[in-house]
Amino acid sequence: MKPGHGEVLLAEGDPRLSEDAETLIAEFRRQLDEGMWAAVPTTRPGSGRREALLVKAYNDIPEGADRVIFFPRAAGG
Amino acid sequence: MLLALLVLMLLAAALAAPIALRAARSRRDRRSRRDRRARRRAERRELRDPGRERRAEQRARELLRSCVNDEEWSMYRDLGFIRVAGHLHAEGPGGLSASRRRFRSRGGGGAAGQGAGGLTGQGAGGLSPSAGGLARSGARGAPDRDRECAYAYLIYPHKPIVAYVPRTGRLLSEYCVEFPDLVDAISDTRLPDSDDVLAKWMALTADERRLISDANMHLPGRQIDPARVRRDLWRLREWERLRRGPDAPVAPR
Repeated sequence: MKPGHGEVLLAEGDPRLSEDAETLIAEFRRQLDEGMWAAVPTTRPGSGRREALLVKAYNDIPEGADRVIFFPRAAGG
Repeated sequence: MLLALLVLMLLAAALAAPIALRAARSRRDRRSRRDRRARRRAERRELRDPGRERRAEQRARELLRSCVNDEEWSMYRDLGFIRVAGHLHAEGPGGLSASRRRFRSRGGGGAAGQGAGGLTGQGAGGLSPSAGGLARSGARGAPDRDRECAYAYLIYPHKPIVAYVPRTGRLLSEYCVEFPDLVDAISDTRLPDSDDVLAKWMALTADERRLISDANMHLPGRQIDPARVRRDLWRLREWERLRRGPDAPVAPR
């Protein structure tokens, strides 16, 4: 999510393919280096309720996640 | 004669060279200034493009819809805000906060006649983080379950998050939080409304403690009129009643 633009697709690919994974990891790192937060929308297994999971490393992304959303870091307004 | 002409030509060229150089340089400066102005005009045009903002908001709404729960999406679509249950108090053994655990260990809990209901002081039973972090343990229907959390937040686009007690409607505090563009910090742009709501929702559901500690906390009424929040809470109760069915009792004002 980019201020003034809304949703922007940064990279896409199949993380099981090494070439795609490299691109995804590079973009993930770039976004975190720029100070963005990364979140993965998930569903709680028991209740089925949707929630988000903040991830700080590429390896923290749950297997099978179909997207990672980057958004600016929260600050006191 | 020819030599004199050649010398004159060389002299004239030598004298004219700095002038020509200066003229060329000023022409280049003028052109680059013109380009810069045109670029800035284009950027301003782009920023003011209402179509672009509308398209961004449309995309943001789709993204929000795909991430939040169906009930939350309907709430945002119909009422313009989302309610998220808070569950910081439900941590620790017995669903007690650290301060309440200390209070209990000193033997004060029983005397107060309160259970583990957290802020509302509801009866025993505790809060169940396993049930979506929303409900007190007990057999209740889903809509009631959402309303029975000890405290909850109202997420408005580009406004502070308001914490309140669903059972009593008491407003607790405002949490001022924003998501500034760190990369392009000079630009005066902000997230589309639905993206702002989604960012707050993600941050709250993923790491409530962190978001709340990053936010500036104020008493209710600092930025959002408490009367408006109370009206919104009434609208929310009515909205939930209508979702339950037309025969459900009317929410008290």
